[in-house]
Amino acid sequence: MLFTSYSFLFFLILLFVIYYVFPSKAQWVILLIASLIFYALNSPVYLIFIGITILTTYGAGILLDNSFVKEKAYIKEHKETLSKEEKKAYKRANKTKRRWLFWSCLIFNFGILAVTKYTNFGISNINGIMKMFHSGTELQFVDLIIPLGISFYTFQSMGYLIDVSRDSVKAQRNIGKLALFVLFFPQLVQGPISRYGDLSTSLYEAHPFDINKFMRGIERIIWGFFKKLVIADRILPAVNTLKDSYETMDGFYVVLLGLFYALELYADFTGGIDITIGIAEALGIKVKENFIRPYFSKCIKEYWRRWHISLGAYFTEYLFYPVSVCKPMLDISKVARKILGEKIGKKVPVYLSTIIVWLITGIWHGAAWNFVVWGLGNCFFIMLSEELDPVYIWVKKKFKINESKYYYRAFQIIRTFILMCSLRMFDLYRNVPVTFKMLGTTVYKWNIASVLREGIWNLGLTGVDYVILIIGTIILFSVSMMSRRENMRDIIAKKGYVLRGVVYGVLFVCIILFGAYGIGYDASQFIYNQF
Amino acid sequence: MEDLIEILEGIHPDVDYNTCESLIDDGILDSFDIVTLISEINQEFDVVISAEHIVPENFNSAKALYELIERLEEE
Repeated sequence: MLFTSYSFLFFLILLFVIYYVFPSKAQWVILLIASLIFYALNSPVYLIFIGITILTTYGAGILLDNSFVKEKAYIKEHKETLSKEEKKAYKRANKTKRRWLFWSCLIFNFGILAVTKYTNFGISNINGIMKMFHSGTELQFVDLIIPLGISFYTFQSMGYLIDVSRDSVKAQRNIGKLALFVLFFPQLVQGPISRYGDLSTSLYEAHPFDINKFMRGIERIIWGFFKKLVIADRILPAVNTLKDSYETMDGFYVVLLGLFYALELYADFTGGIDITIGIAEALGIKVKENFIRPYFSKCIKEYWRRWHISLGAYFTEYLFYPVSVCKPMLDISKVARKILGEKIGKKVPVYLSTIIVWLITGIWHGAAWNFVVWGLGNCFFIMLSEELDPVYIWVKKKFKINESKYYYRAFQIIRTFILMCSLRMFDLYRNVPVTFKMLGTTVYKWNIASVLREGIWNLGLTGVDYVILIIGTIILFSVSMMSRRENMRDIIAKKGYVLRGVVYGVLFVCIILFGAYGIGYDASQFIYNQF
Repeated sequence: MEDLIEILEGIHPDVDYNTCESLIDDGILDSFDIVTLISEINQEFDVVISAEHIVPENFNSAKALYELIERLEEE
């Protein structure tokens, strides 16, 4: 059931009515049932997979929590009699038991994710290696079910487990409530990946109907649909034409593809997240923001702090830090300092961990080599900008460049935007050599005569489409510019009910009139649903 | 404490670490800085700061960080 389908709208209206008609205490149960229905409607078989994740996470969480409770009670009880060494030994023994339990559950659940999503990628690589050695045998690909939203729910559940294992949150003792945290339908298929500590409070508490909060949620949903249906889905045919006809669409058209895809991806993903956060808001639940005007970032590191924030934060918190500060990495750092010197040696743990994180980020986005190269490309530019920092400082000093001046900030923003558009080409063409070739044509193969002859009229878009897209983009850009200091919805809300009604009424009419659909039209799936 | 301030100044020399209490909240220290800092602390104080200790409360000021080092030294 897609967010953009009529059946989902019907499902949502029914849920809002039941949610606010029943007593507030039952709301979390209603949400759990709704989430189960939402998930089961896609395929009941998927429920087995998500059910196994919920059960194992629940059991391991309780056992870990019990261990902490028992340990604290024992130490408190024997405070006077235990020596410092005895306390240490007792804690160490408990920690070892907890580690076994934690790692078993973690490996089991990430194992399910790895097998369902990456088996065929592994087979294709093994076949490739066997071909290199002229082996006649070839492994057959397997037809595996990939449960809906498996990356998102596995990451979210394992994030909870890590937090419990660190004793930073208490384990949820009600299995229904934990199931709701994992299954919460608005964020199940495309994120954001919420942390238990952030989501749980508002997810389980009672929410009496509040017209203001409800309307704020509806406003956000309308804005999300506007982005998705009026902009993302309208530009989609042009993006598909440009990438599929890459043999003839080079030079100028590659640049055009970069710009069109930047618009499509932004409108699609942020639109989907607006719908998710809007639904949660209408239900009284607080989901953290996943984007902060990412295309206004001044460097690639900043971009990744503002784009898909929850995934970046997840990898930083649960992968980058644990890997970079673990004992073996600190030992590597010590050795590197001795061999390579202080300056380079101290960067070794940072860069090694960055490579690991981006390798996994790439594979998370897709089981293919183009995503691995995309991830490592991001990693390369992050490390390059770190290394070039002294050069930037020297240039700025030498040429008396004022960093706070608008022209320098504009240069930084445009530079970052071009870089990110170029890296996304690996996602578009899905073929590493083709991507490098096409990026090359932007430098040496500008067929101006062909561009003047064909123009932009052979991309599957009409004049009306272009007009709608230009106006839509101006609206998107203006909202982003105006939201620098204060959220646009807050600005509109302050202007009174009449203007508020007019703005969202006009947006709603725009979706009806200019949304990319009609009889027989199947609204396209959100890009991030595939993860 | 002086040793710690020296390490911090090696990462960002332009910050007053005696008064600043929002090193994380204001984005002065990013993830790269934190890892470099932990590696330096490990060299200087021989304590291992693990990932679960990387929370804003422990890294927002030099004082809070020094208290964490003292706690870990005691353990």
